[in-house]
Amino acid sequence: MTAAPVISVRDLRVWYGTERGPVRAVDGVSFDVRAGETLGLVGESGCGKSTLGRGILGLLPSGSAVDGSVRFRDRELVGVKQSDMREMRGAELGLIFQEPMTRLDPLMRISEHFAETLRAHEPELNSEEIDARSIDTLRRMGIPPTRFRHYPHEFSGGMRQRIMIALALVLNPAFVVADEPTTALDVLVEAQILSILADLKRNFDTSLLLITHNLGIVAEACERVAVMYAGRIVEEGDARQVFSDPSHPYTRELLRSTISLSTTALHYIPGSPPDLVDPPSGCHFHPRCPSAMQVCGSLDPVEVRAPSGQRVSCWLHGPDELIPPGGTAPLQRQELASADEA
Amino acid sequence: MPTKPDDLEVDPAHVKPDTTPLDDRPVVLDVRDLRVHFALRGGFFDRLLGRSSGSVKAVDGVSFTLRKGEVLGLVGESGSGKTTTARALLGLAPITGGTVRFDAGPEYGGPVELTGLREPQFRAVRQAIQLVFQDPHASLNPAMDLATAVAHPLKIHHITKDRVEIDRRVRAAFERVGLAPVDQYLHKYPADLSGGQKQRAVLARAIMLNPALLVADEPVSMLDMSVRAKILQLMLDLKRDLGLTYLYVTHDLATAKFFCDTIAIMYLGRIVEIGPAAQIYADPKHPYTRSLLAAIPEPDPSRAVPRNLPRGEVPDAARPPLGCSFHPRCQAAFAPCGWEARDVNALLEQRWTAVAEDEYERERVVVGDPVELEAGLAARLPDTRAGSGAAVALLDEIRRADPDEPFWRGVRSVEPEPAGVRLEFNEPVDPALRNVGPVRVACHLHDPRFAPLATPLETP
Amino acid sequence: MTAASIAEPGGESILDTPPPTTSRPRGPFGRLWQQVKQAQGFSKWLLWVGAGITAVFIVLAVFAPLIAPYGFDQYMAHGVRFAKQGSPNGSHWFGTNVRSVDVLSVVIYGSRTAIEVVMLAVVFSLFVGVPLGLISGYYGGWLDRILVLIMDALFAFPYLLLAIIIAFLLQNSVGSGVLTAAIAITVIYVPQYFRVVRGQVLSAREEPYVEAARALGARPRTIMGRYLFFNVIQSVPVIATLNAADAILTLAGLGFLGFGIQPTQAAEWGYELQRGVADMGAGLWWTSVFPGIAIVSLVTGLTLVGEGLNDVLNPVLRKRSGRRVVLPRRDASATTLPTRQGDNRGRGEELA
Repeated sequence: MTAAPVISVRDLRVWYGTERGPVRAVDGVSFDVRAGETLGLVGESGCGKSTLGRGILGLLPSGSAVDGSVRFRDRELVGVKQSDMREMRGAELGLIFQEPMTRLDPLMRISEHFAETLRAHEPELNSEEIDARSIDTLRRMGIPPTRFRHYPHEFSGGMRQRIMIALALVLNPAFVVADEPTTALDVLVEAQILSILADLKRNFDTSLLLITHNLGIVAEACERVAVMYAGRIVEEGDARQVFSDPSHPYTRELLRSTISLSTTALHYIPGSPPDLVDPPSGCHFHPRCPSAMQVCGSLDPVEVRAPSGQRVSCWLHGPDELIPPGGTAPLQRQELASADEA
Repeated sequence: MPTKPDDLEVDPAHVKPDTTPLDDRPVVLDVRDLRVHFALRGGFFDRLLGRSSGSVKAVDGVSFTLRKGEVLGLVGESGSGKTTTARALLGLAPITGGTVRFDAGPEYGGPVELTGLREPQFRAVRQAIQLVFQDPHASLNPAMDLATAVAHPLKIHHITKDRVEIDRRVRAAFERVGLAPVDQYLHKYPADLSGGQKQRAVLARAIMLNPALLVADEPVSMLDMSVRAKILQLMLDLKRDLGLTYLYVTHDLATAKFFCDTIAIMYLGRIVEIGPAAQIYADPKHPYTRSLLAAIPEPDPSRAVPRNLPRGEVPDAARPPLGCSFHPRCQAAFAPCGWEARDVNALLEQRWTAVAEDEYERERVVVGDPVELEAGLAARLPDTRAGSGAAVALLDEIRRADPDEPFWRGVRSVEPEPAGVRLEFNEPVDPALRNVGPVRVACHLHDPRFAPLATPLETP
Repeated sequence: MTAASIAEPGGESILDTPPPTTSRPRGPFGRLWQQVKQAQGFSKWLLWVGAGITAVFIVLAVFAPLIAPYGFDQYMAHGVRFAKQGSPNGSHWFGTNVRSVDVLSVVIYGSRTAIEVVMLAVVFSLFVGVPLGLISGYYGGWLDRILVLIMDALFAFPYLLLAIIIAFLLQNSVGSGVLTAAIAITVIYVPQYFRVVRGQVLSAREEPYVEAARALGARPRTIMGRYLFFNVIQSVPVIATLNAADAILTLAGLGFLGFGIQPTQAAEWGYELQRGVADMGAGLWWTSVFPGIAIVSLVTGLTLVGEGLNDVLNPVLRKRSGRRVVLPRRDASATTLPTRQGDNRGRGEELA
């Protein structure tokens, strides 16, 4: 496992322009994804995770500015020409969307969907090979070959999502971004899709960036997890580690807020996610953090390695030499007015 | 319409939770055999000739009782009919059959039969039943500011025209749902608010008329995790302070566990299991309930991905499976669960999904599509090379490969015929809700008539 | 539909958090007006140029008696008859036409007629078309089918022919003045408003907030008036403006064909054009060119306003305000995992 990572993101920034000023959707994000690994990117709405996923693939609307480095297999993706990106998309970089209902062309058969994708990227294949490859990929997703020539509306939502995943994987891309792939699905179907995604490594050796707001999904399907808040990654590490022993207060609070079958008391994080145009100074989480210190409100936290192995950006973990004197005293702040509550 | 005294300003500190046992409380809603069938629009010629082409039985015989202060959870996936049930109770979906008795209390003039009520009469009842929708971003009129929107129920029902009074009530409602300081929110438009704040505004609007029953359709599913707990807590507080009764419709058993006193699990228009929440979670009886519980993602990495999930998906409500609607997906299905030609199809599809391409090609040419002979009693699997016995061989092969497949428990005999293979099934029996201890379950596994035939359920 | 939320691809609204309390638009039209104010670039140019041109004509229309040198029917002054078909000169900037009337005055009074008729027509169409569209879309059923049939039939008619027929029919009862022309034009344009509003109502009807209103117990007229109305009239300003432009042409067409307003009642550009065509053969250009320019200018002005409004108000066309974002340079140097320099913003010194 010492091979170079498939995707290496360093200090990525994606800012949008709006009337009120630039929105700092992604504000300095760094992480790696190795071959065959699944990294879960988890955060609440408005933290910038979708933007990050699409930013890696270059799928940002006009008017956004991108800065930083995204290295994919020794190739720099930031600043690359759109035509080159298009070639890579599908064949080397894949994207699975959230809404499977609306992403398939209702006038084309499933076989035609696959044919279109394969012909565009591997023109040397003849139709038999195309069909064989498509049916094989579909079979691995649990779609019976008898339904290969059906139209999208003849499939249920879960099957359509499987078809989408198959479409994303038929070209064997090295890296796939799945943006909330199960949010629109029922819980049983979601579990089925998750087991498919969890098997991806075994079947396809694909690296997967799984973007979601559901911590349970991440725990089941991902080896590593990165927690995002207000455009920054606050904690990243081995999924088991992070969930059993979270280092960042936000991760801890988020875990406590998650309602599962074993929840005994309702817990929530006071306040609401910050405005990305004008985020709080220093650590973006400090207004809502139960363990905030003086330094948290003024200095951006430095990323360190916590004793348990994960990367975390929090002054609670030092480095102590960078904290000014008096900085570790608890932060005095006003009681969060309930007006600020979400 | 006489109004209840304004309860919105009750001080929570002085309210004692209602500790009367559930069975002794007055009944607020009594639903018996509720049916909501939608006629299907057929093809062009069907419509021209006036033929009906079947119907979708969105809700097919649902019965439950809701008592004052109780929270009943209607749990199910999409297509289960839970949302349609909720909407039918509010007069937003047409009731095709059954009865719904609603008793909001003496102030509202006693029990009312909701089925068959015309719209003008229903409007009067609407004061007492309110609805909270799933999508907070779409439930508020984008063209109305919050103060107007929350005060609108008062105007609609002509409760009062006095501006001062309206203002007072609106402020009290805002305070109660936590939209404070009130002045900051009165003139905001929905576009200015976050999801959680919008949901609070919707709750404020819902409690303005002091309803007896609040129907909440997935009120927190579209909110972030950290906000869900806040809104749920708010709803619990409102229940305690205002004496509300809730019908909580959701697909999320995790939040339902926290919120509900009674749970009803719905599948394809019917209730398959209903009982006190504690019982359902401690000892789920229906296989569907068990799989729902097993499938809930838990942020506990030591838990592996559940592997024995039911296969397939919720079937088309226009043509539900025979017998028990869940049988095609159930691992514990057996003889009486209702086997038919479509299950043969499913069996073949499953087989061909698992085998390699060339195997599939070879087998595909052997058989045609299964033909239903007598509904649920027999089917024929045509053999394309008649008389060769290849179809029988195929079935044997399938059975050998997976002898535990529940399908075989439903097949009584496999007989080769000149044209193919004749499969005779056991007679299908529609499961009815029967009492099993404190809960009621609609499953043949718990029917003493059939229990000897069943294979015991594995514990998840 | 909403102004403030910008949805990013994939549905996650990055502006899900409430923005700081800026001055919020008052009232339902406030939203529309705010969007107009925020226009920039090409749309802004369109809007303001068009508005300028239209404003000129409105001023001419309102202050016609003060601006025009002579009356619209005046063929003599101080007892002296004006030259017949005289070329433009000092006392008649645009020359005179075959009836010895000053062309400049005719053009100015013509704008009054045009503005009057068109405003009347647009107002009538709105008052008929929008409510019908609301009711038809909301109730559906038989009423809807009948109304759609009628409207589609009207729509299918060649519009000028229809206007002529109506003007002809009304000639005997209402007379052939401004009102007749306005009614004739109204009938042509009602189907447009009806269609658009009905279409919007059909989709808005299924929205949760409308269902919520029904669940609250609101009566249909409340739902249509408070809940649906302000949310379905988004396209109406654009259509009204573009219709107004088209109506000018229709009016001129009617006048050209002789079915419009008679010259004794009011000046009308189309009529003047018709008269001026005969003059062209003789090389007299001013009697037709000036009214023609007037028609073209006003129509262009209104169309620019309409298209500009469309660009601004239509969320599909509205380009994401791609304000150029300049990422600030950072102080950070090393960017390798796991440690990197934090970027101090220089506030480390001020600690309580």
